[in-house]
Amino acid sequence: MSTLELPDYRQQSPEVAARFKRLHERPVVLEARALGKVFDGANGQVEALRDINFTVHRREIITVIGQSGCGKSTLVRILAGLEQQSSGQLLLDGKPVTGPGPDRGMVFQGYTLFPWLTVKQNVMFGLRMKGESSHSAQRDAKMWVDIVGLTPFLDHYPHQLSGGMKQRVAIARALANQPRVLLMDEPFGALDAQTRCAMQTYLLQIWKNVDVTIIFITHDLDEAILLADRVLVLEARPGRIAEVIEVSVPRPRSSDQMLSPEFLATRRRLDELIHPKSDQPIERPHVFRMTLVGDDVE
Amino acid sequence: MSTPWLAVRRPLPARRALPLKAVAFLVPIVAWCVVSYVPFVWHPQRLITDSGGSTNYSTDQRLEKAAYETEQSELIKAGQPPMRATAVNPIFLPAPHQVGEALYKAFTEPPARKGTPWLHERIGHSVSLLLKAFALACLFAVPLGLICGTFDFFSKLIEPFIDFMRYLPAPAFGALMIAIFSLQDAPKIAVIFIGLFFNMLLVTANTTRTLDPALLEAAQTLGASRKRLVSSVVIPGVLPLLYTDLRIALGFGWVYLTIAETIGEMSGITEFINQQGKFRNYPNVFTGIIVLGVLGFITDQFLGWLGGVLFPWHSRRKAGWIRTFVRRLTSERSNSGFEVSPPHAVVAKPEVNRVDA
Repeated sequence: MSTLELPDYRQQSPEVAARFKRLHERPVVLEARALGKVFDGANGQVEALRDINFTVHRREIITVIGQSGCGKSTLVRILAGLEQQSSGQLLLDGKPVTGPGPDRGMVFQGYTLFPWLTVKQNVMFGLRMKGESSHSAQRDAKMWVDIVGLTPFLDHYPHQLSGGMKQRVAIARALANQPRVLLMDEPFGALDAQTRCAMQTYLLQIWKNVDVTIIFITHDLDEAILLADRVLVLEARPGRIAEVIEVSVPRPRSSDQMLSPEFLATRRRLDELIHPKSDQPIERPHVFRMTLVGDDVE
Repeated sequence: MSTPWLAVRRPLPARRALPLKAVAFLVPIVAWCVVSYVPFVWHPQRLITDSGGSTNYSTDQRLEKAAYETEQSELIKAGQPPMRATAVNPIFLPAPHQVGEALYKAFTEPPARKGTPWLHERIGHSVSLLLKAFALACLFAVPLGLICGTFDFFSKLIEPFIDFMRYLPAPAFGALMIAIFSLQDAPKIAVIFIGLFFNMLLVTANTTRTLDPALLEAAQTLGASRKRLVSSVVIPGVLPLLYTDLRIALGFGWVYLTIAETIGEMSGITEFINQQGKFRNYPNVFTGIIVLGVLGFITDQFLGWLGGVLFPWHSRRKAGWIRTFVRRLTSERSNSGFEVSPPHAVVAKPEVNRVDA
């Protein structure tokens, strides 16, 4: 069996290298300094995160990837302010973060639209919390619903929408607050493959046209590469950064690039990091022979 | 192609469901008619129409079939003229037409005893008692329950004692309430209030705790302050569930009403039923019971329909309400200290996804 000859995943074309150079010159929006998190569990303390350091530049998309239980969700919850870190510092535009706030919008894995509000009212929620008048909140909400392409559903209730549509409304609701950072915790995890692919395209389109910085948690390697400028790979127990990968796939991205050498090289590297070879060999269960049909299935 | 009548957990189409619902009412009514009008079904007693030569029994007396036959054979042996009688049901089971007649007369003819209220006046009195007590209980129990369900501080401060109080049966407070509020309506309202208040508070608190915490987190990331979390998320989020809880509580209110009306000076429909029972006027007793049943049923059906109108986003998840209520009443209250819930435990609900249009 032979595998493809792939370039080094770190190798960047001049255009991509220039892009990254420009990216690093942009101001830092979010900075994590030596973040750590320890939970007090029934069986003593559990260290969920250790020494997490990274910076996010303006209008960058960072994806965070890692095995389940590596602390991805804990990290994003700390970034959102829903969880308090045990040690370290989190800076937003240079100022320490102390709790949840409208400057960090969040799209959750589960559906968290308010079921008693229509699509329009859901998107208006954050604006109303800010004290915007009903009239201007409505106008803004209509614009954001239009951006996610759901204008015909303005007055529908969430239970009348499909899963993908619900997440689009959730994105519009978070963006309407014009947050500095949009945190997304496996937002497409519950969607079927087709819808998920469409949603990724949607997200890239929105990101291209809206001034927003995105931190995107996922466990899907392809999704992580397709969306990201940089991929933050977490190791489990305790959760810590294994590597930060600059994705060398040129923008604009589309799912056609999934077979390009840069993409495959990055994917292979992620595979190595997430599923280390040294793990126990895959078990081959003993199965009795239970068929009389020929052996041509292999 | 049609689904079978007995499919596991499949709702029947309306054209099949409606006749079944009609049958649900028809079966007991038909059974009642059969027992009342078919002479050889049950009819265990004999009503004497002509006592003949009997010295033991007189006309219009009811006696058991066996006693009647013994007496009859003895009369024949002694050569006396025999008795004549018709087979009847016991006096406590009047025939449908008798009850219908009584029901009609109760509203059209003045009450037998001068100065006693008409039936509709009694109904008005009973309903106003119930509504006053229910409104008072809601007024106090719902805000307290919401506070307990929202803030663990108040839950720990208030609920343990309420939990104890709810095991004290409301009727036991009757004598005490009369001592405090003297006669008339006040002690009755107090007893219904006691019956409703404690359970209502605990149910409200438990219902409030069923709100998906992810909604609160989402609201926080959208900039909701603590005050707005309560007013814009907790309250609208639990309102439809709370509405159902209160609807069920009102149903229980009828039970407490009939007890409360026997306290001190008897009054209302309960007095009517008890009085007529003493006079052995059972068609009227049935009238009272049916009026209570119809009132309760119609109110509940109306409130159910109103709930669908008020909370359109909620109408599609209908659970069996008794099951829901019992679960709410008994469900574990908040995870207390010893159990640490992992932060990533907010799991997506297993919901079937439709492909985008």
